[in-house]
Amino acid sequence: MDHALDITLSVNGVQVSRRVAPRVHLVDFLRDELGLTGSHIGCEHGVCGACTVRVNGEIVRGCLMLAVQADGCNVETIEGISDSGEARDLQKAFHEKNALQCGFCTPGMLMAAQDLVLKNIKPTREEIREHISGNYCRCTGYQAIVDAIEEVIQAEVVHGKG
Amino acid sequence: MGKAELPLHAPGTKVDRGYIGQSVPRPNAARLLQGRGTFIDDLRFPRLAHVAFFRSPYAHARIKKLQFEKAIKSPGVIAVFDGPKVAEYCTPWVAVLAHLKGIKSPPQHAIAIERACWQGEAVAAVVAESRSQAEDAVQLIEAEWEELPVVVDMEESLQGKQVIHPDFTDNVCFKREHDTGGVDEAFAKADVVVEETFHFGRHTGVCLEGRAILADYNAAEHSLTVYHATQAPHMMQDIFSRHLGIPEGNVRVIAKDVGGSFGIKVHVYPDEMATAAISVILRRPVKFVADRLESFLSDIHAREHRVKVRLAATKAGEILAFDMDDLTAIGPYSVYPRTSGIEGNQVVNLTGGPYRHQKYRGKLNVVFTNKNVTCQYRAVGHPIAVALTEGIVDLAAQKLGMDPAEFRRKNLIPDDAYPYTFPSGIKFEKLSHLRTLDKLLGLMNYKSLREEQKHLRAKKIYRGIGLAAMIEVTNPSPAFYGVGGARISAQDGATIRLEPTGMITVMCSVTEQGQGTEGIFAQIAASAVGVSMDKVKVITGDTGVTPYGGGTWASRGAGIGGEAVLQAGRALRSNILDVAAAILKMDKQELDLSGNKVINRLTQETKMPLEELGRVAYFRPDTLPMDFQSELTVTRHYTPRQYGFTFTNGIQGSLVEVDPDTGFVRLLKHWCVEDSGTVINPMLADEQLRGGVVQGIGAALYEECLYSPDGQMLNGNMADYLVPMSAEMPDIVCAHVETPTMQSQLGAKGIGEAGTAGAPAAVMNAVNDALAPLNARVTAMPFTPERILRALGKV
Repeated sequence: MDHALDITLSVNGVQVSRRVAPRVHLVDFLRDELGLTGSHIGCEHGVCGACTVRVNGEIVRGCLMLAVQADGCNVETIEGISDSGEARDLQKAFHEKNALQCGFCTPGMLMAAQDLVLKNIKPTREEIREHISGNYCRCTGYQAIVDAIEEVIQAEVVHGKG
Repeated sequence: MGKAELPLHAPGTKVDRGYIGQSVPRPNAARLLQGRGTFIDDLRFPRLAHVAFFRSPYAHARIKKLQFEKAIKSPGVIAVFDGPKVAEYCTPWVAVLAHLKGIKSPPQHAIAIERACWQGEAVAAVVAESRSQAEDAVQLIEAEWEELPVVVDMEESLQGKQVIHPDFTDNVCFKREHDTGGVDEAFAKADVVVEETFHFGRHTGVCLEGRAILADYNAAEHSLTVYHATQAPHMMQDIFSRHLGIPEGNVRVIAKDVGGSFGIKVHVYPDEMATAAISVILRRPVKFVADRLESFLSDIHAREHRVKVRLAATKAGEILAFDMDDLTAIGPYSVYPRTSGIEGNQVVNLTGGPYRHQKYRGKLNVVFTNKNVTCQYRAVGHPIAVALTEGIVDLAAQKLGMDPAEFRRKNLIPDDAYPYTFPSGIKFEKLSHLRTLDKLLGLMNYKSLREEQKHLRAKKIYRGIGLAAMIEVTNPSPAFYGVGGARISAQDGATIRLEPTGMITVMCSVTEQGQGTEGIFAQIAASAVGVSMDKVKVITGDTGVTPYGGGTWASRGAGIGGEAVLQAGRALRSNILDVAAAILKMDKQELDLSGNKVINRLTQETKMPLEELGRVAYFRPDTLPMDFQSELTVTRHYTPRQYGFTFTNGIQGSLVEVDPDTGFVRLLKHWCVEDSGTVINPMLADEQLRGGVVQGIGAALYEECLYSPDGQMLNGNMADYLVPMSAEMPDIVCAHVETPTMQSQLGAKGIGEAGTAGAPAAVMNAVNDALAPLNARVTAMPFTPERILRALGKV
């Protein structure tokens, strides 16, 4: 823990301060320091998307960002967007359409999907597939995930949120 | 109790099926959707130590010296172990099975002793207070090596000029030849003979969660609790017990949420055994989670095959015979305890599977190489057998000038020919090839697709349509492993308990890997007992809790575990009615159970809510007759035995477009019609098919573990090893034909591997159909743009 740095950041709306080694990834910090184990580690080289979290409103790979880089930032994880109710519609649609099997990719997939929901556009299926193409799912074949996202976005449009 | 009393359908009738056949969402998915599941790496233990492995950088080398002095002094390091030290606590294993005659493999240790036989084999373990400290210290281990000759090519291995294991005289792990006789005569009299050599790339499972184990040894009790990302907790309990010398009853294996398995997590891994042994040595909890890079080097690989196949047919289009020669390389060891002979063995069993020819010869050689080990991965052998069969069938149709769908229709085993014994010796109870073919062609709108294809070819747009018919092994009997001496259970058990509030708790030995086991068990149990699904709690994956059983593999969860749950549910229902009869002082035959209530069977009038029955049975049994004891926990087991396997059948269709300038294949659509018997949850069944198809597409187009001539894996990361991602995948249309197996009351066969079994063949045939007007053809998977451009003579 040489050259550890003090950081203060907001995680799911709660301010936290810690002393961390510069080499610690953001996702390791969230999991090991804060016990937020919903963000998963799948590849640790930025390909699989299982560690996707939101930093200052933008989705990022938790394995490609260092915890010290999040100093002063507003970080949101699956636990946060679950408890606030923000992801409720997507979670309901994922559940009803069985858009998950083992569930290891699901938190990252939901973070990426919610990012698309927030964009206020009406994507085609191909655009939905493109948007989540940085999130690897070995189980489902992706179709139910696309169906679930499509349903939520269409409902948002119908209900005038879009 | 007769079958008609069940809220389940008997074949051909339309009685109420309860939840069977309903697309009910999985109750256990809710926690995963909030990131509140419990994967191994999510567990927090006091005094938890972390293991990182020092792995061989060479494919084959003698360990001359290992120096740990610097590593031991590294911050946070608790201990460093080599092979001999761990071997004092963990005995080696030899992965052979008695019914695979002649199979051989050398003893394998948890950590290599004296010699490493593949790049990535663990040769030392560092234990530290954190994983990062353990990894830091791994860098400080100093090793001296003597490089040994490396065998990476399977043809060279078979020739045996360089023998890998000093105790053997050749590199052949296992060989088999099956011959019905009359094959040469059939080829001699055939009007048409087609011949092809297919190559199948070595690939791997790439579970998103790496292999993971947390072993917690209690020295006072001489007991070991293992939290393990596994498909087979009882098998692992037996293995930890025998190899670590701990009584079976003192070993408990718990599989909580598992982040994808696909066969990867059903094997014994040396680094996981070492982790358990280290927990015993250090008397504290120890965790190992494979990171992505070491997953590529140490998770089992699969499917490196070279197959020569010939087909003989008459000019009228009747297939007379198949002749097949398979060579496959498995790395330096047969994998424990299932062996690495099974995949090739399956190829011999299944080649030509859907067709009614009578002559067949299948030859197999399984050889050692200095690459990572291979073993059973989703659909074991089927993708090879189906692709070589369907590839050569298409070639025959092409040579005969027949439409591939019509050629298949002519040769598929007719739907009224069952029971049927196939020339390889396997037996089919009842299949539905022609019904599935008709359904597929209808779904695809096959004729218009062919017309569209013709029309587009004129515009130099090259689309291809590929078909792949298949058979699939599911619900294996003890004939698969048990008869060979493996302590792998072919039976499974379920316990169901009525709780005082009227809820039921189901405990089953089949595990949940995300496929929806717990969901369908809840559906079956609710239907069999007569309660609503919200009254059902399902527990799996804990040897301390569930009945004994085999777990998840070979598409057996629904067919075997589901049947045990059904039978336990029926028995509990009967026992509940005994209690109701005692309380109500009525004849049991007058009562029934439906919608969480005891009802009058005749009038359907509510007699008593289950909650009230539970209250009386558990808290006021003094009010019941003196000689009456309620039994509200029941256990039932089920073993399939009439057939070696419950075969399923299915057929897939693929529509692709090949760009002859770039060699890129665009997947436009995929269809899958499957007969897996009784479908318990169509939504989950379709998801199993789709996920399986996409894994099969990965094999066909993207995935291959590439090795250098000196045995170095070249693409062991997710940037270089390509897996299917959403943007490239097509929508997949699924449909079912239901021919329930009559071996069980439930009638369910397996479905988990069907997609993976058939998709590579369908895609291959579609690609070759697209390339046909350009006189090009590809036969080596994966069909990368480079391979397609080479076939077109453009590079």
